[in-house]
Amino acid sequence: MTFERLAPDDLNVIARELDAIRDEVRAGLGERDAAYIRRVIAAQRALEASARAVLLTARSRRATVVGAGLLTVAKVLDNMEIGHNVMHGQWDWMRDPRIHSTTWEWDAVSTAASWKHAHNYQHHTYTNVVGKDRDLGYSAIRVHPDQPWHPVYLLQPIYAAAMALIFEWGIAVYDMELDGVRAGTKTAAQAKQEVRAFARKAGRQVAKDYLLFPALSGRGARRTLMANLSANVLRSVWTHTIVFMGHLPEGAEMFTEEQLEEETRGGWYVRQVLGSCNLDGSRLFHLLTGHLSFQIEHHLFPDIPSNRYPEIAPGVRDVCERFGLPYASGRLGRQYRSVAKKILRYAVP
Amino acid sequence: MRAFAPDTARARERLRDLATLISTPLVPDDFVELVNPLWSRRQLAGRVVAVRRETADSATVTIRPGTGWRGHRAGQHVTVGVEVDGVRHQRTYSLTSPPHASGGPIAITVKATRGGVVSTHLVRRIAPGAVVFLGQATGDFTLPEDRSESLLFITAGSGVTPVMGMLRTLARTGELGDVAVVHVDREPGSVIFARELRSLVSSRRLRLHEHYTARLGRPSAAAIVGRVEDWRHRQTWACGPGELLDGLQTHFAAAGAGDRLRVERFSSETAAGAGAPGGHVTFVRSGVTASVDGTTTLLAAGEAAGALLPSGCRMGICRTCVGRLRAGVVRDLRTGDVTGVPGDAVQTCVSVPDGPVEIEL
Repeated sequence: MTFERLAPDDLNVIARELDAIRDEVRAGLGERDAAYIRRVIAAQRALEASARAVLLTARSRRATVVGAGLLTVAKVLDNMEIGHNVMHGQWDWMRDPRIHSTTWEWDAVSTAASWKHAHNYQHHTYTNVVGKDRDLGYSAIRVHPDQPWHPVYLLQPIYAAAMALIFEWGIAVYDMELDGVRAGTKTAAQAKQEVRAFARKAGRQVAKDYLLFPALSGRGARRTLMANLSANVLRSVWTHTIVFMGHLPEGAEMFTEEQLEEETRGGWYVRQVLGSCNLDGSRLFHLLTGHLSFQIEHHLFPDIPSNRYPEIAPGVRDVCERFGLPYASGRLGRQYRSVAKKILRYAVP
Repeated sequence: MRAFAPDTARARERLRDLATLISTPLVPDDFVELVNPLWSRRQLAGRVVAVRRETADSATVTIRPGTGWRGHRAGQHVTVGVEVDGVRHQRTYSLTSPPHASGGPIAITVKATRGGVVSTHLVRRIAPGAVVFLGQATGDFTLPEDRSESLLFITAGSGVTPVMGMLRTLARTGELGDVAVVHVDREPGSVIFARELRSLVSSRRLRLHEHYTARLGRPSAAAIVGRVEDWRHRQTWACGPGELLDGLQTHFAAAGAGDRLRVERFSSETAAGAGAPGGHVTFVRSGVTASVDGTTTLLAAGEAAGALLPSGCRMGICRTCVGRLRAGVVRDLRTGDVTGVPGDAVQTCVSVPDGPVEIEL
C-alpha cells in the first residue's frame, strides 16, 4: 500500500507543505471571497424565487419544464455549493451570523445538526475506513472485498439505483444512526429527539413543495406538484452521483481500522489523498458539484472556502507527484462507469 | 378606519406566516435583504448618507437607519457593524446627532485609533451608499428630565462626542442656558467640533474652557473643576480616559458632590494584577470549547475557536456580548471582581476564566 511506502520523514514533509498551502489561503481570505459566496447565495435565491414564480403562473407544459429546471438548479446550488460548504465552516471566518456553520439550515429533509455530525465528524475523520466511515456505500453497499458478502448484495445494483431517487431521504435516515440505539452508542431519548427534529424539518419541506406551492398554483396545482417532485428527484440523483464519484471510483483506496492507529497528521493527509477522486470539468460543472469535483482538496482542507480549491489544486498535485502519491482525477462519465462496475462486481462474492 | 386596523394587522401577520412557510428553511428576510438590507426585520441596518471630516483623524458618519430603529436620546451610544476585508466587526460609538421626533438620519463621530480596524475604516474608507449593521441605542449617560439646574460637561479627546449630542439637543430646544464645558485635548487642531463649540460660545450662553496637554501637560481633577468656580452646584457629565474620570470621581466624592457626577468610560483599563489563571471555556449553545490563558478574554478565545458570539464595544460598556454563566468562575479584567454564581450575566469581552467555565452562548 502506498501508505507504507512513505517514510515517517516524508510524511512530516508532506504535512508541512500541505499545512503551508492551507495557511497561505487562510491568511489571504478577504473581500473577494466574501463577495463570491454572497454572489452565489444571491443567485441561488433569485433562481429559486423565479422558479417558484414561473411555476405559480405556468399555464403550459413548456413553462412547467422551465420552472422545474430552474428549481432543480436552485436546489442543487443550495445543497452543494452553499449548504455543504457553509456547514463545513468554510465561511465562518466572515463572522456573518447569516452565513455561518452554526446557524445554516439547508433545503433538504435532514436537519443541519444531524448531517453535520455524521458528515463533518465521522466521514471526514474516518474517510474510507471500512467499518468506520458511515458515508453511503460502506455498509449498505459492498464495494470492497474486505466487506463480507451476503446474498442481499445480489440486489445492490437495483437498490443503489433506487437510492439515487430518494437520496435526500436516505441521508436523513442514515445520519440519525438509529441502529446506534441497539448497539448502545446512542440513548433512546437522544434518538427520539433526533427523530422528532427530523420529522419537523421534513414536514416543513414536504408541506412547502407538495402542499403549499401546489395549493397556491390554483388550477396548476398538479403541474406544480409534479415540477417540485421532479426537482427534488433530479437533485437527489445529481448529489448521489457526485457523492459516489468522490470516494468509490477505481483508484480510491480503502483503509482498515488498524491503519488508523498512531496515524500522524501527514498520514491523515495521505489517507485523504488516496481515498478521494477529483472530477474534471468546466467552471459551471465545478460550481454545480459544490466543488466536490475537487474532492482531494476538499478532504485535505474541508474548511477552506470552496472557491479556493481550483486555485490550490496545482500546488496539491505537485506535492503528490513529488512523493509518488496518485492524484486520482477523471471525467464524470469515466468515473461513473468505474463505480457502476464496482457495484456490479461486488454484488457477487 | 380604526375598526379595520386589527384586521389588517392580523391579515399582515397571516401573510407573514405564509411567507415563512413557503420560504422554509430560509426566512422571508433572507429574500428581503437581497432587495434592500434596510427592510430587514431581523437585523437592523443603515445606509451611510454622508461622511464629513472633522479633524485630521476623525470624521462624522451620517447613517439613515432602516426599519426597526427605535430612536435614541442624546448621549447614548450605538453598536455599529461593518465588514472590513470580508470580516464582520462591531464597535460601539456615541451618537452625536440630536434625536429626531420622527426617524431621520443619525450621526456617529469616530476618531481613528492606531491599529483600530473599525475606526480607521469608518474615518478613512467608508463612503456614502455603504450599508452598516446597527444595534439599538443604549446607555444612561443622558440629559435629565428636569433641566432647571445649571450644567457642567467635562470632556477629553473623543469624549466630547456624547456631550456634543447633548449640547446640540439643548441648543435646538433653546435650553442651552447656564452651561459650562471644560474640554481637554492635545492641541487646538485636534479638537473635534471646535468650530461648532466656539460658535455656540459666541451666540449663546455656553462657557468653554479649553486645556491643551501639548502645552500644559495633563491637568489634575482640581485644575479642571477649578475653571468653573460653582462646579459643586452643577449637574456634571464627564467623558474621557479612565485616569481622568477616576480623578474626578475621587475629587467629587471628597467634596461631597459624588452624586452630581455622571461618567461615561470609553476604554477598558485593566485593573492591576487582574489576570486570572485561565482555563477551559465551553460555549454551551455554540458547542465550542477553547482553552484560554489568563489575559485572553472569553470573547476573543471563543471567536478564535470559531464560535459565533455576540459582541459590541469589546470594552465592557455596551453589554451586547453578555452570556449567562452556567458553571465555573470568571474574573472581570477591569475590576478584578470574581463571580461564580450560575445565572450571572458575564460580559465576555472583559472576562477571563478562573478554571473551567461554561457560558450559555
